[in-house]
Amino acid sequence: MAPRASRIVLACFLAWAMAAAAAEPWTLERLMRSLAQTRSARASFVEKKLVRILERPLVASGELSFVAPDHLEKRTLRPRPELLRLQGDHLTVERAGRSTSLDLRSYPEVGLFLESIRGTLAGDRQALERVYRLSLEGNEASWVLTLVPTEPQMRALVEHIRIAGRSADVSVIEILQANGDSTLMSVQRLAGP
Amino acid sequence: MTRRTLLPLALWLAALAAAAALAAGARYTADLSAFLPRAPSPAQQLLVDQLREGAVGRVMLLAIEGADAAARAALSRRLAQSLRADARFAYVANGAAGSAERERTLLFAHRYLLSPAVTPQRYTEAGLREAIGETLERVASSAGALAQALLARDPTGEMAALVEAQLAEGPRPALAGGVWASRDGVRALLLARTAAAGADTDAQEAAVGAVRAAFATAAAELGAPEARVRLTGAGVFAAESRALIQREALRVSVLGALLIAALLLAAYRSLAALAFGLLPVLTGALVGVAAVAAGFGVVHGITLGFGATLIGEAVDYAIYLFVQTGATHAEAGRREAWLAQFWPTIRLGVLTSIFGFAALLLSAFPGLAQLGMYSVCGLVAAALFTRYVLPSLLPAGFRVRDLSALGARLGRARAAAGRWRWLVPALALAAAATLLAKRDTLWAQDLSALNTVSAQDQAYDGMLRADLGASDARYLLVAAGSDEEEALQVAERAALALRPLVAEGVLAGFDSPARYLPSAATQRARAESLPDPRLLRARLERALRGMPLRAARLDGFVADVAQVRAGARLRRADLEGTALGVALDSLLLRRAGGWQALLPLRAPASGPAAFAIDAARVRAALAGSGALFLDLKAEADALYAGYLREAIALSAAGVAAVLLLLIIALRSAGRVWRVAAPLAAAVLLTAALLTAAGQALNLLHLVGFLLVVAIGSNYTLFFDRGGGAPAANVLASLALANATTVIGFGVLASSSVPLLRAIGSTVALGTLLALLFAALLSAPRADAR
Repeated sequence: MAPRASRIVLACFLAWAMAAAAAEPWTLERLMRSLAQTRSARASFVEKKLVRILERPLVASGELSFVAPDHLEKRTLRPRPELLRLQGDHLTVERAGRSTSLDLRSYPEVGLFLESIRGTLAGDRQALERVYRLSLEGNEASWVLTLVPTEPQMRALVEHIRIAGRSADVSVIEILQANGDSTLMSVQRLAGP
Repeated sequence: MTRRTLLPLALWLAALAAAAALAAGARYTADLSAFLPRAPSPAQQLLVDQLREGAVGRVMLLAIEGADAAARAALSRRLAQSLRADARFAYVANGAAGSAERERTLLFAHRYLLSPAVTPQRYTEAGLREAIGETLERVASSAGALAQALLARDPTGEMAALVEAQLAEGPRPALAGGVWASRDGVRALLLARTAAAGADTDAQEAAVGAVRAAFATAAAELGAPEARVRLTGAGVFAAESRALIQREALRVSVLGALLIAALLLAAYRSLAALAFGLLPVLTGALVGVAAVAAGFGVVHGITLGFGATLIGEAVDYAIYLFVQTGATHAEAGRREAWLAQFWPTIRLGVLTSIFGFAALLLSAFPGLAQLGMYSVCGLVAAALFTRYVLPSLLPAGFRVRDLSALGARLGRARAAAGRWRWLVPALALAAAATLLAKRDTLWAQDLSALNTVSAQDQAYDGMLRADLGASDARYLLVAAGSDEEEALQVAERAALALRPLVAEGVLAGFDSPARYLPSAATQRARAESLPDPRLLRARLERALRGMPLRAARLDGFVADVAQVRAGARLRRADLEGTALGVALDSLLLRRAGGWQALLPLRAPASGPAAFAIDAARVRAALAGSGALFLDLKAEADALYAGYLREAIALSAAGVAAVLLLLIIALRSAGRVWRVAAPLAAAVLLTAALLTAAGQALNLLHLVGFLLVVAIGSNYTLFFDRGGGAPAANVLASLALANATTVIGFGVLASSSVPLLRAIGSTVALGTLLALLFAALLSAPRADAR
C-alpha cells in the first residue's frame, strides 16, 4: 500500500513540476541552464559562405565536437580537410599537414565565431556576455539567440551572430559580417559522446 | 744629494711625466676586441663583425614578472611605448595587436614582387585557374577570413601565401592580455633592438639603464610595485659582466691592498717604508700602461685589470731592499753593500720574469700580447727604479724593524723540515701522474671557460628565446657581394639550395634579407611574369569558367598587376621604420669592400638533428652558390682553442728561454737544477690540485703559471745564492714577500668572477708551494749534519 501511494505522489509531483516548467517563460536564464546540461556533444555541420563578389555560396562540411566546459573542435572534411581546436584561449589550426597555434584574441575573425559557438554549447552566459549583448526570441520549441559584439573593433568585423535551436539543441548558426558577407552553418546532432 | 744620485732621479721624473702623458692620451676600450685576433681569417672576421656589430649583440629580451597578467600586459604596453620614443632603441616589439598594420600594408602593396609563387606559369590560364581555385577553398575554410577580405584584389592568394610563410618561419610567441607572454603565462615578454652595437658596452649599459628607468616609471604609474623586469641578451650580458668585473676587481683590490698594507706595516713598523715600498709598483704600472698605449694605440680593460697583478712582483723588490738591509747596522754604505751583494740575484730574477712574459708578446690574442708588453715594461721600470732611484730617495735615518729574529726562527724550522725533502719529488711525481691521467680533459676547450655570465642567467636567456621563438643566431650563412644587389642574388641562390634541406628536416627554417627585399633581378623577373591587362582579362575570362567568381569583379586585381608591370619596385627606403626594415638592416650589411647578406639558420627543435645542424650537409648543398656557412659557436671555440694552443706553445718557449738564461747566468747544471726544480714541482702540483678540484684549466691559469715561475724564480735564486743557507734577514724577506703575494692573490681567488678566481687560486697556491719547495730542497741533508 505504502509503495503504491508514494508512487502516486511522485507521479503527481512530476506532472506538477512539468506544468510549472511549461508555464515558466522561455528566458535566457532557462536556455542557458538547459544548454549547460550537455557535458559533451557531437554534430555534423554544413557551412555555407555567402561572399558578395561570388555568385554562389562556398560550401564546407564536417563535424563539430564539444566537451564541457571549454573544448571545441571543428573538423572540416570537405572541400579540404582542416582541424580547428579551441581549448581555453588557445586555438590550434591544422591545415595542409601544418599545425599552427594561435591566441584566440589575436584572430578575432576566427575567434569570435568559435567562441560564440562554444559559449552557447556550454550554456556559459557569463563568457558570452563578456563579448556580446544577448537577446532571445521564440519559445523552447524554437528559439533564436542573437549575439551582438559589444566592442567597436569587433563590430567592425561582425554585425551579429544568430543561433537558432530547439530546447537544448542548436540547429543553425548564422554570422553576418560587417562587410555584408555571411556564413550559415546548419548543425545536426549526432548520437554518441 | 750627489750628481750620481741626481741623474737617475731626474730621469725617473722625466720618465714618469712622459708615461703619464702617454697614458692620459691613450684610448681605453672595454669591448670584445681584446679577445679577437689581430690578423683574422675571413671566418673569424665574420665572427668578429657579428659579435661587434651584428644583430646578435643588439637584441635585448625583456621579461616582466610578478603582479597579475593584466598588470603585466599593461606594463608591457607602457614600457614598449616609452622605449619606442627612446632613440637608444631601434625597434621594440611586444606582440600587441595593430602594431603590425604598417607591415601588412607594405606586404600587400608589394605582394607580386615579394611572393616567390609569382612565376609566368602561375599567370597562364591553367595557373590562374588553379591559384584562384585554391584561394576559394581557403575562403571556404575556417581560417579564410583574410583571403575572403582580399578576394577581389588578390584572387591568386599571394598575400595569404606571404603571411603563411611568415607564420611558418617559427613558433610564434604565446599571448596573454593581448601581448607576448611565456608559454606558462607567468611573464610578459618584449623584444628590443638597440641602436648601438652589442660591443659598445657603454651604450648597452645605458640602454639597460633606460629600460629599468622606463619600467620603474611605468610600474609606479600603473600601481604595480611588485612587478619586476629582467633583461637578457648578449649586449646586456656584456654590460653586466663588465660591471661585475669592475665591482669585483675594485673589491678585491681594496681588500687585498688593505690586508697587504696591514701586513707590511706590522712588519716594517714604519709608514714611510710602506709608502716607499709602493713606489716601484706605481712606477711599473704607469710605465706599463704607457708602453701598451705606445705599442698598441689602444689599451684594453683586461690589461688594466690584470696588469697590476702581474707586476705585483715589484712589491717584493722593495721588501728585499728594506728587510735585507735592515739587519746591516753599519749605517754608511749599507745600501751600497746590499746592492753589491743582492742586486745581481734580484736582477737575474727580474730577467727570468721578463723572459717568461716576453713570450706573451708574440701572441695573436691581443689581450695576452698587451699583458706581455705591460708586464715586461712594468717590471723593467720597477726594477730600475728600485735599483737606481729608490735607495737615494730614502731618508738618511730610514730603517725598518729588524726581522732577523723571525728569519732565524724560519731558518731553524727549515733545517728541521729537511728530513721531509723527499716529499717534494714524491708530490711532483704524483702530480705528474695525475696530470698525465687527465691529459685529455686538462684544458677547457671552449670559450665559456672565460664566460662571466652565470649558468642560471644563460638558462633564463635560453628560456626567453624559446618562448619568443628568437633564434640564438648560432648558425649563419654569409652571402657576400660587391654591392647590395649581388649579395641579395647570392642569398637567393643559397635559399634555393637550402629549401630541400628544410623539406628533409636537416634545417627547421631560415631567414634571408631577400625575403624582405628581393634582388632587383628577382623583382624584375617576377614583374615580367605578369601578363599585360588585356591578356590577363582574357585569361581570367577563360580560367574562371564554371567558378562562382566573375572576371568583371576583379578590376582591382588587374589594376594592381598593371602597376607592377609598369615598373613599381620595392626599395630599401620603403621598408624604413617597419619591423621588416629592422629585420633587413640586421641581415644586409655594408662591409669593407662590399656587402653581406646574412641568412640565420634554425636548427630543428626535435628529431635526430635537434638543436644541431649538420654542417657537412649544409656546406655540400651550398657548393657553388657562393655563400659561406658559419657556426659561430664552433668558430668562437676554435678561436679560443687556437689561442690556448698558441699560449701553451709560447709559455713553453718562455720556459725554455728562462732555462737558457739560467744556464748562461749560473754556468752550472747543478745550480740551474736547484733553481728550476722547485718551480717545476710547484707548477705541477698546483695544476694537479686545480684539476683534482674539478677545474678545467684555461688561459688565465696559464698566465698564472707564468707568474708563479716569474715570482718563484726570485725565491729559488735567493736560496741558490745562499748556498743552501740564506741569511736570516733574507729568509724573513722571502717569507714577507710571499705572504703579500698569497694575500693579494688569495683575495682574487675568493672572487665570483671565474677569470679572477682562476688566476688568483693559481698564483696564491703556486707561489706558496714554490717557496716551500725551494726551502725544502735547499735544506741541508739530515745525514750531512
